[in-house]
Amino acid sequence: MKPKTFLFAAAFVGLVAGTAEAQVSVKLGVLNDMSGLYSDISGPGSVVAAKMAVEDFKAASKGIKAEVISADHQNKPDVGSAIARKWYDQDGVDIILDVTTSSVALAVSEVTREKHKIFMVSGGGTSDLTGEKCSPNTIHWTYDTWALANGTGTALTKRGGDTWFFLTADYAFGSALERDASEAVKKAGGKVLGSVKHPLSASDLSSFLLQAQASKAKVIGLANAGGDTINSIKQASEFGIVEGGQKLAGLLIFSSDVKALGLKAAQGLVLTEAFYWDQTDATRDFSKRFAAQFGGKMPTSSQAGVYSSVLHYLKAVEALKSKDSAQVLAKMKEMPIDDPLFGKGSIRADGRAIHPMYLYEVKKPSESKGEWDIYKVLDTIPTDEAFRPLNEGHCPLVNKS
Amino acid sequence: MSTIFGVPLPALFGQLLLGLINGSFYAILSLGLAIIFGLLNIINFAHGALYMMGAFGAWMLLNYAGIGYWPALILSPLIVGAFGVVIERLLISRLYNLDHLYGLLLTFGLALIIQGLFRNQYGVSGLPYGIPSQLTGAQNLGFMFMPNYRGWVVVASLVVCLATWFVIEKTRLGAYLRAATENPTLVGAFGINVPRLITLTYGFGVALAAFAGVLAAPVYSVNPNMGADLIIVVFAVVVIGGMGSILGSVVTGLGLGVVEGFTRVFYPEASNVVVFVIMAIVLMLRPAGLFGKEA
Repeated sequence: MKPKTFLFAAAFVGLVAGTAEAQVSVKLGVLNDMSGLYSDISGPGSVVAAKMAVEDFKAASKGIKAEVISADHQNKPDVGSAIARKWYDQDGVDIILDVTTSSVALAVSEVTREKHKIFMVSGGGTSDLTGEKCSPNTIHWTYDTWALANGTGTALTKRGGDTWFFLTADYAFGSALERDASEAVKKAGGKVLGSVKHPLSASDLSSFLLQAQASKAKVIGLANAGGDTINSIKQASEFGIVEGGQKLAGLLIFSSDVKALGLKAAQGLVLTEAFYWDQTDATRDFSKRFAAQFGGKMPTSSQAGVYSSVLHYLKAVEALKSKDSAQVLAKMKEMPIDDPLFGKGSIRADGRAIHPMYLYEVKKPSESKGEWDIYKVLDTIPTDEAFRPLNEGHCPLVNKS
Repeated sequence: MSTIFGVPLPALFGQLLLGLINGSFYAILSLGLAIIFGLLNIINFAHGALYMMGAFGAWMLLNYAGIGYWPALILSPLIVGAFGVVIERLLISRLYNLDHLYGLLLTFGLALIIQGLFRNQYGVSGLPYGIPSQLTGAQNLGFMFMPNYRGWVVVASLVVCLATWFVIEKTRLGAYLRAATENPTLVGAFGINVPRLITLTYGFGVALAAFAGVLAAPVYSVNPNMGADLIIVVFAVVVIGGMGSILGSVVTGLGLGVVEGFTRVFYPEASNVVVFVIMAIVLMLRPAGLFGKEA
């Protein structure tokens, strides 16, 4: 080898090595309801999950300097989009995570598209995020209203609950949930008798429950979330609705809600979720480590979703050695998901991350072996059936391609 | 089946009854507020937080000390009432010479602190609290299925409200209280310990809130925000009834519960706005409230 060529080769090697060692520093923002009615579903627990993902990924040793920050959007779209704007413009945030409350998630999705950044939704539920309002910059990770409504709606209708009445929270998420569940019920051969809209965070739902009772529908679908669902179930048992032969279907219930209700009030409830802590060795391991850092509470599916979406993002950044939004988005959609918590899956063109979903039934107090032993698995909904088919979402990104 | 505006009559009776039940909570909470405002001139924004403490008190007594619902119905208000006395002595009593606004800010701050502490400790989803075994089950009234516990709520709150009204309007103690509000200096000159009277009044108002909290524990979710969700409506009730009017707060509380119940049938979307629409109308027509004395 001639000295000159050698020098050139050495310089080249040095350049490559230099790039490999160069730090990519990313800033991840967890934005959700930190103190209101959804704060046990996501809240501070999602921040813990995001930080665990950064640690477990050993980001520092792979040349990624990752910083996690968080804020409270108070369930208000204007507050949420103002924080998102400030994070992107002034604080150098590269990616926003979680965002409970559909109306806020839709607002943050718009801001993210405008600023060409990345938004990975875990806590927010509306299927519009990957439907009519889909965005190339938004990835919907954990669940959506279509998946929950489809899982629970189809299963119950097929088991004989063929007439439905909905109790719907009066905002974007509630009506999306009701719409998607109605479609699933009709598709499975059932009939929707009616619905009533109640205000968000209503402490007394008995008036609405009585209307549902009077409808004589076999199933009362609870198209609400958090404290509203808890109050609905608690008060339904008080008014003897379940004893009277009507079934309650929780269209969005998290394990934290079942804990708050107690198994006595919640037993027998059928629901769909993406994640339950006591499912595989990997989920048990993650959940126990999570609980150790979070006051003994097991993670909800939304918190677990934050963990695994951060992992997927960091993998893409590691592969590219860059945090350029467009490249990272393309990489994330190209790489298959192989996740310890959510299993195998992928991200579709409309931004929907797909993986299996599960149909659970809440255990009777006599069946439960411990404080957190609350679900038994009724059914696994396979990846290709769990989410809305790509061509039915009316996402403009899909029509173009 | 006979109907009114397309709603079957039995359903309407059901809603009327439910309205009365919710109204009972409004009545008992706004009564406490009215007493505190009437006698102390303090706008007690911590009322919702104290109501929440009442419910949590019942839960803690059960889970930490094994004390059931019935003793808790007395004990929890006593404990929270004592807490109220401490707050009054330590903090609120320093503000009597200042503008209303200071009392409002202080109590609002207290409410945020109390709620925040409970949220840190217990999370926001709430805790389970069962209906006492004597009151489980329900009666079939023909037009609706009436849980025994809800019936008890109406009876208990009506009794407490009437007893309070009686004590304040018809007894010697009540006369002292009313006199002390009118002219504290003169009443003090007769040898009555006015500051102590005021402290106990605040404690009593707070105990009423806690009592409502215990009543609510088995039906609503016991969570740190339960008071915050309710307190705004209760303030509207007090304003509509007339600030400081005791009878006004009780009647308005029950009345608005019923109006809200009917709204839930005819136009559910408006059910959480209707109280404020009524408040706006009342304030335009009768600024002192329905039962208030024109200043």
